Amino acid sequence: MSDRSLDISLTVNGERVRERVDARKTLVDFLREDLSLTGSHVGCEHGVCGACTVRVNGDIVRGCLMLAVQCDGAKIETIEGLSDSGEVADLQAAFEQRNALQCGYCTPGMLATAQDLLKRGGVPSRDEIREHISGNYCRCTGYHAIVDAVEAVAQTRAKGR
Amino acid sequence: MKPAPFAYTRARTLKEAVTLLAKHKDDARLLAGGQSLIATLNMRLSAPELLIDINGIKGLDGIAKKGKFVEIGALARHAQVERSDVIAKHAPLIARAMPHIGHPAIRNRGTFGGSIAFADPAAELPACLLALGGEIAIAGPKGKRKVKADAFFKGLFETALRPQEMVTGIRIPAADKNTRVGFAELARRHGDYAIVGLAAAARANGKSLADVRLAFFGVGATPVRTKKAEAALATGNVDAAVAALDLDPHDDVQATAKVKKHLAGVLLRRVASQLMEAR
Repeated sequence: MSDRSLDISLTVNGERVRERVDARKTLVDFLREDLSLTGSHVGCEHGVCGACTVRVNGDIVRGCLMLAVQCDGAKIETIEGLSDSGEVADLQAAFEQRNALQCGYCTPGMLATAQDLLKRGGVPSRDEIREHISGNYCRCTGYHAIVDAVEAVAQTRAKGR
Repeated sequence: MKPAPFAYTRARTLKEAVTLLAKHKDDARLLAGGQSLIATLNMRLSAPELLIDINGIKGLDGIAKKGKFVEIGALARHAQVERSDVIAKHAPLIARAMPHIGHPAIRNRGTFGGSIAFADPAAELPACLLALGGEIAIAGPKGKRKVKADAFFKGLFETALRPQEMVTGIRIPAADKNTRVGFAELARRHGDYAIVGLAAAARANGKSLADVRLAFFGVGATPVRTKKAEAALATGNVDAAVAALDLDPHDDVQATAKVKKHLAGVLLRRVASQLMEAR
């Protein structure tokens, strides 16, 4: 029972999706090419840069290191979903205010990874923030502004609770 | 790049996975966490005809203390091991190593068994298993068997696994009050493969150490034990242990052999002080 293309059924940003996909198609290529969700970016294609970071069943993963066929039955959230739901609105505003992005290529993955840390609650140290985003390359900012933005949001959220 | 075309199937049981492997032989690869395999497919360093997805096999992701041992199933994901109370309490070396393995998004998918079976010479877990004197559980067409870590890692990405066999789990001695462990690595970026790393285990024997096992990684084709340095460290003489390091690393993209040898000594001093701390 094996094939080079398979039918999959999954939920992407809350919407049910049924598609036939090539077995060799990665999750990020499926999202971009088949669903036109181009917010997830393709960088290194071997798990180093983090530009393709998306959520699968609540956990962040590399979209280039998971196959679309493996996502049958899964719940996928991309930056489009995280953005539309307002879940990362404060992070997005802080990134803008602090110049934590320039070209923006890494930003969707960076936001998903930062939110993964922040949704655990509490105020992480700057070292913990740096460690958590260590798998996401940014070639513009030098990271300092990103750490500032994530830290500021953590503090604001902690006060709001 | 994109992977060459391949077929995909899901194995629901261990027996099914082993049967499929036996049928397709070298044309097939097992897909567990995929964090190394899919990268090599994307780069076309590997182009199998068939991927056998083993993620759906039930009962291969357990983490449990059984008697004097801790058992970890092959499909236990790094993130699961990192968060495990059993690991924190009974396998402190694994607990220390875990945050160094890849990045959070990688640890959410990568599996313990995959790291052992892939046997990257710069990976943390093979060295931990060697330092702890662990055992690897294997299933194949001829049934199940166990191999000691000392005999498992044979060469560059080469293990004692025979064609059509798969890793089903590992077993390590559970830590007790006399267990001492140490772990350190140097990487250019946190979470990347180490330039040099060291996993170590020993037993406290009064104020000195016994049964010292030092497993360096990133310095050879496999994780490497340094028995002369182990003996020297057991006498408590850290300088002698550093002097006795008989490693023979090669230059690689990260560092020259000379730098690696120097860094191995730096790590040994750091790890020696961890081993000598009471738990």
